Amino acid sequence: MHHVVIDRWSRRASLIHAREPRIKLIALAIFLISVATTPGASAAAASGYLAVLIAAILLSGLPLGGVLARAAAVLPFSAAFAVVSWLSGDTQRAAALIGKSYLSAVAVLLVVATTPLERFVRAMEALGTPRLVALVVLFLYRYLFVISEQAQHMRVAAACRAPRRTRLSGGIGFRAAAGAVGVLFARSYARAEGIHRSMFARGFEGRFPTVALDPPRLPDFLFLLLAAALTLAVRIGVRIG
Amino acid sequence: MHIPDGFLSTPVWAALDLAAVTSVVSLARSTQREIDSSRIPALGVMGAFVFAAQMINFPVGFGTSGHLLGSALLVVTLGPAASAVVMTSILVVQALIFQDGGVLALGANVFNMAVAGVLAAYLPYRIWSAGAFRNMAIFLGGFLSVMSVAALAVAELLVSGIRMGTPVLGVSFGLFFVNALLEGAITIAVVKSLESMRPDWVRAPDSSGRTVLASLAAAAILLAVFGVLFASADPDGLEKLAERAGISGHARNLIVAPLADYELQGAGWAWIRKAGAGLVGVAILTVAVLLLGRLIARRKDA
Amino acid sequence: MSQNPVIEARGLRYRYDDGTLALAGVDFRLHAGETVALLGPNGSGKTTFVMMLNGLISGEGEISVCGMRLERRNLTAIRHRIGMVFQDSDEQLFMPTVLEDVAFGPLNQGIEREQSLKAARTALEQVGVADAAHKAPYHLSAGEKRRVALAGVLVMNPEILVLDEPTTYLDPPGQRELIHLLKGLPQAKILVTHDSSFAQALGQRAVFFEKGRVAGEGPVGEIIRRFEWDSRPS
Repeated sequence: MHHVVIDRWSRRASLIHAREPRIKLIALAIFLISVATTPGASAAAASGYLAVLIAAILLSGLPLGGVLARAAAVLPFSAAFAVVSWLSGDTQRAAALIGKSYLSAVAVLLVVATTPLERFVRAMEALGTPRLVALVVLFLYRYLFVISEQAQHMRVAAACRAPRRTRLSGGIGFRAAAGAVGVLFARSYARAEGIHRSMFARGFEGRFPTVALDPPRLPDFLFLLLAAALTLAVRIGVRIG
Repeated sequence: MHIPDGFLSTPVWAALDLAAVTSVVSLARSTQREIDSSRIPALGVMGAFVFAAQMINFPVGFGTSGHLLGSALLVVTLGPAASAVVMTSILVVQALIFQDGGVLALGANVFNMAVAGVLAAYLPYRIWSAGAFRNMAIFLGGFLSVMSVAALAVAELLVSGIRMGTPVLGVSFGLFFVNALLEGAITIAVVKSLESMRPDWVRAPDSSGRTVLASLAAAAILLAVFGVLFASADPDGLEKLAERAGISGHARNLIVAPLADYELQGAGWAWIRKAGAGLVGVAILTVAVLLLGRLIARRKDA
Repeated sequence: MSQNPVIEARGLRYRYDDGTLALAGVDFRLHAGETVALLGPNGSGKTTFVMMLNGLISGEGEISVCGMRLERRNLTAIRHRIGMVFQDSDEQLFMPTVLEDVAFGPLNQGIEREQSLKAARTALEQVGVADAAHKAPYHLSAGEKRRVALAGVLVMNPEILVLDEPTTYLDPPGQRELIHLLKGLPQAKILVTHDSSFAQALGQRAVFFEKGRVAGEGPVGEIIRRFEWDSRPS
């Protein structure tokens, strides 16, 4: 499953993996805002941005094709709107929709696939996200793997038991699907109760220890400088060109 | 329904990021007042549950199937503030890990689904949670959660200059309508299944006349704001719509024309005027939601 | 083996919400350094019993842990004395990384952050999974998860360890490693288990539960024979 792959990728080692999470988040923001505010739809700008991203992907040691392919999941949605724009005469908009959504997706995927999520969330918190939201995201992510596996098993098991005609129309009947969601809820609830018990068995007093970030160092600042400079070069280059 | 990056114009995504941040900070505070911190892991688990539940196919015939959005289901099990926080967390994970929805656009998606969608799911349940209309209220909550998200998303895209044209809009709303019916049906079916297992999983909302009035007021403001957003995107649109809908000339002059001419006076470039109108709309929405959140929180303390 | 009881329980009773009696009057005593195996059929009350010992559930009867009467005001102190490892490791390892999870106990004890992390690393070394510190629980094997859970309670320096079905999901080498690990720990231990060879390898004494009562007590081998609690056909 997708999140399993991303999680594994995020725990590798490389020049990019080693960079401080807040720095990467800020670099990502600069890149995304540059792309979003780039006027028009110049192929030169798109190539420039893509080149920056490809360089970063290669530095990260992640499979280039794999990253570019996974980010393409955003394309069907964008393509639909692009077609409508193109048909109503706005070709520039059509190209911009596809280009900008894809470039942004690659950038986000790159940063997330080189930063373990608990560190990424800590960076978000340091930059202003409320603690409650950060904690809920962490626990959601922790149990996402377990619970989505459970859901997967239930889907397969139910589909195997379904009579052939319902299998043609999607696998299991409507009521059975509702029942499956109900069972999933019950198991999740039971799990939440178990966690609650474990917490108190270890003397919970309101504190959740989360990862601390070391302050950024020179290589991190250099990285930020380089990333920002390259991004802004493309952005400003568009205006000149 | 998750808007990717690159679709919304800068004033729109920036304004919605701001609106989302203020709403979520306020809702996080309400949640922390309502629930004990020992329940935080449970919120995460419920988020993971909704995520996983969204993977389950609900067949609707003709080989197609729909999926749960989950706002309405969360609202009847967790209450509105906690649901908003959980939905926000789901959207964050979807945007980051699955690139489902953009990061700059996260504010828009959070505002649409975690704030407005949850509010829309909550209102009917809040009003009719007991008595004969209860099931209808739960169904309506699911229905409205999808429709409000759809309306907001379309409005935001239109304001950003994405052209859609009447046939595309028509088809889109047709699809959203079907999805909304499905959401209502799935929500009520799952709630029934939960109630048969353990009735205390489905919580009753606190009832107080004052909050109902506030909710209705907020709903009215929301509707008015939709009009503003649409009008600011396509000044002729409302006129044409009114014409097609056969509203009499007199009524049109009274209601439609002023809205269609609505623009911020005194600002320079055309796009600032148009976007400004949209921004004002969003700002009104935010204030309405914050007020509502405060009212809900205050009553819980009482 | 010293004679001081570290746990004394008298007349324990527990009723579910629907009225069924899970425990119908249980007396129990545990001495320092002793290892006791709790055996018995599913639903006989073993897990209910251990959860009463640290106040996770409350019923009737008297419980004393390390000389302290179990009551509301010393629940936390008692929970620091009893380290409980549950059957489902996924419910126990709820933090995003191994190190953060093991540091959970000390941090909530009020120990300062750096020290908590240091103690966590030491505990992980003690159970032999030091290199898992920065891993996410999802990526661990069942045996590794079990050991991390054990580290998470050992880090709090408890006097008593309670393990509920610790050999579940463990393959035979994993079980051997767990036995070896537990043999090296000085704490008094309560092992709730279905695994008779595990009970015999570690237990000095066994208590057999049946329908919420203690049906028999004695040396592990004798109890297993008396109640025919061995899966191998004779």
